[in-house]
Amino acid sequence: MLNLIRETIVSYAFIERNFNLLKRYLSWEILFFSYSIVNALTIGLIMVGRGSSEDVLYLVIGALIWGFFSIMMREVSDAITWERWEGTIEYTFMAPIYRVTHLVGSCLFAILYGLLRTALVLAIMPLFFGEHIDLGNANWLTMSAIVLVSSLSFIGIGLMAAIFPLLSPEKGQAATGIIQSGLLLVSGIYYEIEVLPVWLQPISKISPATYTLKSIRAAVLDNASIESQMGNLLLLLVIGVLLIPFGFWVFHLGEKYAKRVGRLKRSG
Amino acid sequence: MKDKKVEQPIYGLDVRGVTKHFHQAKRTNNKPRFHQKIRQIFKREKEVVRAVDDISLEVNIGEIYGILGANGSGKSTLIRLVSTLLTPDAGRISVFGDDVVTDSLKVRQVMNRVSVEASFFKRLSSSENLIYAARLYGIPATEAERKSKQILERLGFDPDRMNEEMEHLSRGMQQKVAIARALLTTPMLLLLDEPTTGLDPKSKRDVQAFIEEIRQERNAVIVLTTHDMAEAERLCDKIAIIDKGRFIAEGTVEELIASAPSQNGTPATLEDVFITLTGKGIEEE
Repeated sequence: MLNLIRETIVSYAFIERNFNLLKRYLSWEILFFSYSIVNALTIGLIMVGRGSSEDVLYLVIGALIWGFFSIMMREVSDAITWERWEGTIEYTFMAPIYRVTHLVGSCLFAILYGLLRTALVLAIMPLFFGEHIDLGNANWLTMSAIVLVSSLSFIGIGLMAAIFPLLSPEKGQAATGIIQSGLLLVSGIYYEIEVLPVWLQPISKISPATYTLKSIRAAVLDNASIESQMGNLLLLLVIGVLLIPFGFWVFHLGEKYAKRVGRLKRSG
Repeated sequence: MKDKKVEQPIYGLDVRGVTKHFHQAKRTNNKPRFHQKIRQIFKREKEVVRAVDDISLEVNIGEIYGILGANGSGKSTLIRLVSTLLTPDAGRISVFGDDVVTDSLKVRQVMNRVSVEASFFKRLSSSENLIYAARLYGIPATEAERKSKQILERLGFDPDRMNEEMEHLSRGMQQKVAIARALLTTPMLLLLDEPTTGLDPKSKRDVQAFIEEIRQERNAVIVLTTHDMAEAERLCDKIAIIDKGRFIAEGTVEELIASAPSQNGTPATLEDVFITLTGKGIEEE
């Protein structure tokens, strides 16, 4: 128990460090935040004048939720990339902490940061879309439950993606992007999965983003209750519970490999 | 008759027959032909480099053990093996009786390292970097701030600059912060990997004096790798000379000097010993 408390306190080190870094790069953060707004606008505007308000909202939800999960996955692997660039990863790996503590700390920051940025973008959307963004009918409780449970899966994927920058800080981040675009393709972010080629559709069934999007759209557009989304929630929970230990295991393999072949050092 | 169990002495650091090799692209002096270049894209020829080759050493509590070697001789690889950042291919390393591979967490609790490259989050201040590092060892922020201020003041670092971003600090100042980071955790095993390389004479003196202070104050085990003969002579109780991953000599400064022939009647220096044994100067690759 004492160990658990200690490790929880230690994981705060990563949250604090990342927020400190965020403050130092505030002007860049504003730039990225503007990009998130432009991205959501560009996608939402496709339907303005062509479809109903519901269609606009359908796309905006896709953009926002995808933005949130992309931030989460990217932040986890960014934390590793950054440490590899600065050379501090050797010091983090030398510290007497469990790898779980290290990665959980990075993941918690990713969730907090992703939520903050997505909430800000969501708050700004009505300024541009006016009556098209009507969240009056949304079931916020269902939305929150879905976001919370599905975060587990995306953390698991983020952990797996984090081994790429661990092995190569130069190219690893791009490899993380490849995983993201694969998920974007099959998960029905901006379209129904039924429009995918038949051979691709089974893959969408194992993507957590598919169920997340379905349930969040149901919660926002149709005021769906938690009970009505219980099937998807359970499925997301199972995927998350499987993906997180799998992600840790993959990262552990990456760490073992890096220590065997000497990939942790930046110089010297 | 009962078997008498032979008690093995527990050293602060005990390295037994450790070997580490890496595979790296084969170096060749010949300019490859076109078809060879194409072949290399798909199948790069690799060679095995023995970075550390069957090294053994023991360091007692309260001792400073120096490792002298040229660039690329295997000093940093050995330090990384001890600090759990590399896994040995053969041999065993134990720190106060705990194995660095199987009891890695226990070893990491009592050890810290200063490397030649002061690696930090350069946009964060020294204070932020030190608090982050201390938290990883379970040290609260207030204690970390108090201790780091003390250490940095002793190293001649102006405490008013602790809130400045690291990228604005000179290399010498960054290295002092790196030393503070390692000492904040009160390590029983301190690995100093060329801590004074590239420092100006004043910073170098400050750091060396501080290492001496640590030796006097606490019973830590210190391993110091260096290029600097005078530094090794001043600080180390025992010195090993490493070349191509192997220890080619080991002993006290006096023992090493005694092993070398005198030069035209004048007694040999540590540098003479080094050149005689390795056939090259300390700065040569």
